Amino acid sequence: MATRQTQFLARSLLTPAVGLLFIWMIVPLALTIYFATLHYSLLDPGSEAFVGLENFRYFLTDPAFLASLENTLVLVGSVLALTILLGIPLALLLDQPVIGRNFVRLMVIAPFFVMPTVSALVWKNLLMHPVSGLFAWLAKLVGLTPIDWFNDVPLFSVILIVAWQWLPFATLILLTALQSLDEEQKEAAEMDGASAISTFIYITLPHLARPITVVILIETIFLLTVFAEIFVTTGGGPGLQTTNIAFLIYSQALIQFDVGSASAGGLVAVVIANIVAFFLVRIVGRNLEA
Amino acid sequence: MARKSTTQQVAISTIGAWFFGFLIFFPILWMVLASFKTELEAFAVPPSFLFFHWTTENYATVQERSDYLLHAMNSIIIAGGSTLVALLIAIPAAWSMAFSPTKRTKDILLWMLSTKMMPPVGVLVPIYLIYKSFGLLDSRIGLVFILCLGNLPIVIWMLFTYFKEIPRDILEAARMDGATIGRELVYVLTPMAIPGLASTLLLNLILAWNEAFWTLNLSTSNAAPLTTFIASYSSPEGLFWAKLSAASTLAIAPILVLGWFSQKQLVRGLTFGAVK
Repeated sequence: MATRQTQFLARSLLTPAVGLLFIWMIVPLALTIYFATLHYSLLDPGSEAFVGLENFRYFLTDPAFLASLENTLVLVGSVLALTILLGIPLALLLDQPVIGRNFVRLMVIAPFFVMPTVSALVWKNLLMHPVSGLFAWLAKLVGLTPIDWFNDVPLFSVILIVAWQWLPFATLILLTALQSLDEEQKEAAEMDGASAISTFIYITLPHLARPITVVILIETIFLLTVFAEIFVTTGGGPGLQTTNIAFLIYSQALIQFDVGSASAGGLVAVVIANIVAFFLVRIVGRNLEA
Repeated sequence: MARKSTTQQVAISTIGAWFFGFLIFFPILWMVLASFKTELEAFAVPPSFLFFHWTTENYATVQERSDYLLHAMNSIIIAGGSTLVALLIAIPAAWSMAFSPTKRTKDILLWMLSTKMMPPVGVLVPIYLIYKSFGLLDSRIGLVFILCLGNLPIVIWMLFTYFKEIPRDILEAARMDGATIGRELVYVLTPMAIPGLASTLLLNLILAWNEAFWTLNLSTSNAAPLTTFIASYSSPEGLFWAKLSAASTLAIAPILVLGWFSQKQLVRGLTFGAVK
């Protein structure tokens, strides 16, 4: 169908997008690699010198790196677990005949549209403040000692906020998948005398396997680089308790002005993200053929 | 929904869904309520839920003290500008891949997707230094540019999945009738592509409006959009909860409305068509 003329046209229409993305991917990455091999501090300009892999050695053996790697993994893992374990029952509930379902769905999806700086500050102050926050008041109401969230359990506090932001995403995707599940299959299972639980385990859950994988991969990509929520609540502290890899690199680059070390850290982050991306691209790619 | 449900089942699931829905929405509601309280009432223990002295003075104060409108305008320009530029680049690309696919189309699409997976923090240092040397720090144009590039893969992907669904028979029929590529584009493709374009535009506006990595790192005052402006409330002096709430309510209201309209497209856009 395509003539040579349209093929030429098609290619030239594609070029700007491909070119821009190529430059966007290659130039900064090449610079990051280059900076990572330099001793380069913005506080000490003119002293740049090639140091080979020294920055990587410094970054990877820095106790802050292991601490932030652990925080990153705990943050990503906990938020994934929370959003999926809460998202599945929530999606199942919303898939039931509910009066006013559209309105309920609006309420559930809302947190996803709130900008990260707003969610973080509203949670930190209005809800989690140890004296005047709503949680403190609720705790006292039932006779508990209010928790000083950001001092006693700083990382958990950040996890709660981020999970609140991502729960709607997981729920909405799982709900969309549930709605495409063949009703007749479930009905047939019921006629055959399957209990609700075995219908869930043998029909619903396998159907959700792919959307759950997609949720895990996409959330992981975003969660690996959670930044704003930490930036406005704890600034990585107390100590290093809420410093993740993204925040560590930021603080090395723009607070300590150590360009070389931050670049080495940036490359470590790229490698970690690429491992996740590898799997996601494969799943999406498989879908592209269908 | 074909199965019959008893009234009791409907009642239980309705109560459950409304309860959890309200619970999830509550922080937003609580923020909106706080924005209409006085600072003392917003801070008071025990909190008052509805029976407080309703006031709109926080909204006025936010504008007076911090030039809220400037930041709102920055958000509109940055989110709107980056979305429009991304669409201008993405429409031809997606059109070409959807209607004249080659052997490499799939690889190109997946490669584009993979650029989105690069963590922004991995290139923070060079981007910051480049921006510094070109005087692009704290400039709207710099943010438009970077948010446009960051979201371009998603825009292309979304448009591609929409364009792909336009039946090709129609194009062939138009060609048989002697339509040129230009006329085909204007009279046949465009009307069929508008729903997909609209939802892509909407989703990208939302993503750009809420983007809080580059905006926080590359803007401070003049070009600061609402994300950065709200972040300035993280180290305030004195009582500020009501004002924070007022500023936040204004910052999220428009996007919440847009978001509610686009929730169906959201799934598709954010999963790159893997879940529809």
